[in-house]
Amino acid sequence: MAVMTYADAAKTTLAEEMRRDPLVWCLGEDLGRGGVFGQYKGLPEEFGPQRISDAPISEAAILGAAVGAAMTGTRPVVEMRFADFALCAVDELVNQAAKARYMFGGQTKVPLVVREPMGMWRSSAAQHSQSLESWYTHIPGLVVVCPATPHDNRGLLKTAIRSDDPVVYMEHKNLWALEGEVPDGDPIPFGVARIARAGTDVTIVSWSATVHAATEAAESLASEGIEAEVIDLRTLWPWDKRAVFASVEKTGRLIVAHESVQVGGFGAEVAATVADALFGKLKAPVKRLGSPRVPIAYAPPLEDMLRVTPAKIAEMARTLVQQ
Amino acid sequence: MSASKTARNLDVDRLLGHHRLMWRIRAFEEAALQANTEKLVLGAIHPSIGQEGIAVGVCSNLRRDDILTSTHRGHGHTLAKGADAGAMMRELLGREGGNSHGKGGSMHIADFKVGMLGANGVVAANIHITAGAAHAIKLRGEDRIACSIFGDGAINRGPFLEGLNWAKVFVLPALYVCEDNGYASTTRTAAMTAGPGAAARAEALGIPSVEVDGNDVLAVDEAVADAVSAIRGGGGPRFIVAETYRLTGHTAADPATYRAPDEVEAAWRRDPIAKLAQMLADAGVRGADLAENERAAKQEMDAVYTEAKAAPWPPLSRGYEDVQDAGDPRVEAF
Ligand SMILES: Cc1ncc(C[n+]2csc(CCOP(=O)(O)OP(=O)(O)O)c2C)c(N)n1
Ligand SMILES: [Mg+2]
Repeated sequence: MAVMTYADAAKTTLAEEMRRDPLVWCLGEDLGRGGVFGQYKGLPEEFGPQRISDAPISEAAILGAAVGAAMTGTRPVVEMRFADFALCAVDELVNQAAKARYMFGGQTKVPLVVREPMGMWRSSAAQHSQSLESWYTHIPGLVVVCPATPHDNRGLLKTAIRSDDPVVYMEHKNLWALEGEVPDGDPIPFGVARIARAGTDVTIVSWSATVHAATEAAESLASEGIEAEVIDLRTLWPWDKRAVFASVEKTGRLIVAHESVQVGGFGAEVAATVADALFGKLKAPVKRLGSPRVPIAYAPPLEDMLRVTPAKIAEMARTLVQQ
Repeated sequence: MSASKTARNLDVDRLLGHHRLMWRIRAFEEAALQANTEKLVLGAIHPSIGQEGIAVGVCSNLRRDDILTSTHRGHGHTLAKGADAGAMMRELLGREGGNSHGKGGSMHIADFKVGMLGANGVVAANIHITAGAAHAIKLRGEDRIACSIFGDGAINRGPFLEGLNWAKVFVLPALYVCEDNGYASTTRTAAMTAGPGAAARAEALGIPSVEVDGNDVLAVDEAVADAVSAIRGGGGPRFIVAETYRLTGHTAADPATYRAPDEVEAAWRRDPIAKLAQMLADAGVRGADLAENERAAKQEMDAVYTEAKAAPWPPLSRGYEDVQDAGDPRVEAF
């Protein structure tokens, strides 16, 4: 079984899809030298500058052009380099890509993937650290993907590239070097959660890098006799209500943990949905754990203060199980 | 469009001051690189080694109450605008006593006391902010100006067109300076930029533009002096393109393997500090005086670095300060 990094897993899939379908192409700044995180290393040599296309620093043009190219029969993979810079192209994504199919009554689809590396990455400060996934879940028309493991980055990117919907594909910058087993290159369908760890006492729903914090919390809880079930949603739209409901029906307790700001985070959607559907089955209040409503600070102690850590998750789980 | 090459009547004292400030910037950057090597600066830093002539040539024509906005590569601009090196180094190390209490770091270095409204993590974002600052100056009827320094990569983002157009139609007191170092990250900017250059784009909007050798601090100084006096006279925005080269990688972590070694070597032979030193030596300045500028700058920045290392972390309460007036940012708050 192959062991790969999170970054290489995506690259392997991208190369495979580009070999399979000549209409898949990539565009973004610095791609000609392999991308700023090396996620495209070797691809320019194999596919040439037309299909691994450099771009001017013109996020609006990059994303806008991808919308036009997607409506004209190609499958662009857009690299935004930091999710923060994708904000320079919000009109192109939200007003154009997300709405074209509906507005035009199904005459077109916009099959593009926007890669938006997200999240805290030591001392990158307020404009290079954001987790904005919940914003995109609010936009009808968009798919939102937040892979947590190399295997998922392999399989979900494949599905994203083959998807006819515009996909916001958010890789976590802190996970690039994470190694993991990648048993196969099969596409992983959207809307199917992964049970990262089975348990019976409390359900912890998460996605992206926070899944690893949740798993670590669950390991430490196990040594205290608390069995937490960790669910990695993998995709936020669509999201796997069935898996979450099934787990909470069993445990009666739910924590939703995510790195992004707690206020208005996607945790609120999961919590409200569960509280509504499973009111009678809950043994404790539904809880959320996210960042305070503060921009990401540069100084390490202030940055750390904002993190959702294994210790914070475990602490919350302990309190819930006692109820 | 190119700056007139007048016979040079050297103001030796002014140029010695430039030499001293350029060395201070370089020594600051070297200390910052050292801090990066020692893992005391954990986020990205973008050194401006090799580009000091622009920071100094521009800012020596700005008053303390004039406004400056900058890029991710903003240490030199900020120092040249008059910011305190000690506070800046503490900021880079994320310590209490940094300009922004360690909350912004290198890429958001700012000192509003000296009119420095911030480096910026978003390329070209400062172009619009400068137009707005100039607009406010005009509304308030003041004789200040607002200056924006940005890179050659920034001219391909919308704000270059939108911001310059804005400054022109509203006849704003704005100076736009493009630091053309030939690269945007790992990309040769020319490969991704259409047309004859940044100056031609500004000229197309009716903004008078000049191109200067950014490694010749005297040329920058002269071009900026002309532009600033025209702007203060009510003439509307001006644009300057200063050609230069970044002698380091894009960030401290970038080995810059996309550049040929001989290209970098040739650029070192155009080192703006050495060039100015030669000019001053030719004008009769003693080598010892030039060496003293270098020594004093290194000593100052060594001390600044040592002092910053000893500074405490910001207290955690800082983390919740200055988010906004309304509401409490803490999760548990009402
Ligand atoms: C809107 C936006 N897109 C991309 C980036 C990433 N980025 C940071 S610096 C840089 C290159 C900038 O080149 P240039 O403007 O020439 O400035 P230089 O680095 O050469 O000083 C890029 C693309 C960014 N910070 N902001
Ligand atoms: Mg540049």
